Amino acid sequence: MTGSGAEGRTLSGRSLHAGTGSGDLLCLAEPLSIFGGVDAAGVLVDPHHPQRGARLSGRVVAMASGRGSSSSSAVLAELVRTGRAPAAILLAECDTILVVGALVAAEMYARLLPVVELAPADLASLASDTPAAVWAGPAAGPATLTLRADTAEPAVVDPEAR
Amino acid sequence: MTAGPLRLRADEQAMLDGEHGPAVAMAMRVVVGVARAAGAQRLLPIESAHADGCLYHGIAGLEFTERLVELGGAVRVRTTLNVGSLDLLHPDLVHPDDELASNGRRLMDAHVALGCEPTWSCAPYQAGRHPGHRPAAGSHVAWAESNAIAFVNSVLGARTDRYGDFLDIAAAVSGRVPDAGLHRDEARAAVLVLDFSAVSRELLEVDAAWPAIGVLLGELAGTRVAALTGLPGDLADGGRTEDRLKALGATAASAGGVALYHVVGVTPEAPTLAAVLSSDARAHVVRMHGADLRAARDSLSTASGDRLDAVSLGTPHFSVAEFAALSAALAGGQPFADAVDVYVSTGRDVLAEARRLGYVEAVVAAGGRVLTDTCTYVTPVLHPRVRTVMTNSGKWAWYAPANLGVDTVLGSLAECVASARAGRVVRDDRLWR
Repeated sequence: MTGSGAEGRTLSGRSLHAGTGSGDLLCLAEPLSIFGGVDAAGVLVDPHHPQRGARLSGRVVAMASGRGSSSSSAVLAELVRTGRAPAAILLAECDTILVVGALVAAEMYARLLPVVELAPADLASLASDTPAAVWAGPAAGPATLTLRADTAEPAVVDPEAR
Repeated sequence: MTAGPLRLRADEQAMLDGEHGPAVAMAMRVVVGVARAAGAQRLLPIESAHADGCLYHGIAGLEFTERLVELGGAVRVRTTLNVGSLDLLHPDLVHPDDELASNGRRLMDAHVALGCEPTWSCAPYQAGRHPGHRPAAGSHVAWAESNAIAFVNSVLGARTDRYGDFLDIAAAVSGRVPDAGLHRDEARAAVLVLDFSAVSRELLEVDAAWPAIGVLLGELAGTRVAALTGLPGDLADGGRTEDRLKALGATAASAGGVALYHVVGVTPEAPTLAAVLSSDARAHVVRMHGADLRAARDSLSTASGDRLDAVSLGTPHFSVAEFAALSAALAGGQPFADAVDVYVSTGRDVLAEARRLGYVEAVVAAGGRVLTDTCTYVTPVLHPRVRTVMTNSGKWAWYAPANLGVDTVLGSLAECVASARAGRVVRDDRLWR
């Protein structure tokens, strides 16, 4: 669903993990395994990936799906712990391995990394480097992605909503 | 997934509410969070688990596991453990920094404190001194480690979704998983057919053909379920077919997100193609040829030239049958070249059986080293001078360039042995042309 206004275009999605985050979009052309594909500094190091060298930290990272090893949960939780995680993750299909990383980071460190499922066509319409703000409510409920926003919408999130 | 909110049974709600203690409640919060994200309408009880959170990836995993221990957690079902970061039997083979040595050991110990079995293997399904951890066909389990997930689903016909760090141990402590993904009938049907009947039978007898098939499966299927036709195999042949499918599945899970595949006429859910085809879609059939296998094999080799510094075998962990094949290949031949470090990774239970049968002695006599409890691509084992590594593992070849910064050459077991002896890459490409 698309809306537009002075603040920019807003897309609706489904929350896979509650949280808010904003940053420039990083649209990955191919799925990425966080394990083995992202180093401790948050840089994409997978030599098979066309966007090797991109930094994920602080970005709103969009990819169609996750890929590869189940160890990605721990690597994502560790990136959240060290403050080098993406600002938000946008997917076209639920990836439970990434959701688990976000759940554990919330459980242990009280930092909420939003993970949102968008319609595939909406995800495909996104362009890297667009400023974006993500709001995700309790899992399986609504979430929004606002593009070209100058400032992130301050959003209230129920900390028990996971 | 059909609409409708998650509904918990009364006993599950009680677990979530803390009536079974704070560790169970914490585990349930993770399981329920995933169930909601996945759109599950209920949870399922599980019969066993295989946890891979014992490999150290940083403080978060350690603190989560130690929190469960502090809160009095214990696994409710049989839970085997994947590789850790250390070789507890051969500590001299791993060269961890202080953090990894200390925290890696704490993480392994915390999993044992929760009641998990210290198997330390990515292939717990393999028999060694004891029978392997082999869930019955149709049973629901919570398995982690992408190769083990593909194996337990595809080769054993048990049902697991793609579990990973945290969710595996949360499922083991709560005894529940979301009723979602590959636990459900509709998700297990094939939507894609890869037909290998045009590939020469001789090429399919080369062990390196199977990781190559895995690359093709991973790249074409992604996360979808495929049926493979035209492949030989018999799961009752003493381990040969199992080892081929282990290599295939491990590579497909690395190159794609494959968690289940069917080999028609071989794997338990696929007595016929019709038995596994999705009923609501005409499956797309892709015919594969020998040239496709060769291109797939070559995609796993990043090295050019014949320089060779090390050989790594046993990813996933070497089986007794693979030890037998290696021991036979070594019999009566010359030892490995001094300049080539040869490693075989395996589980300690298979090690005990391989030692009893004399296979370990044969490897050591040739100059090889056997590593247990961990793996050469996940923890510091290789010498810093090592630049080019030959392996018979598609999974190792997929991950090692990024994990270790080395170049790889994928070869058959025979090519790995010949190369290790010659001190340079030796390949026999006749069947691949």
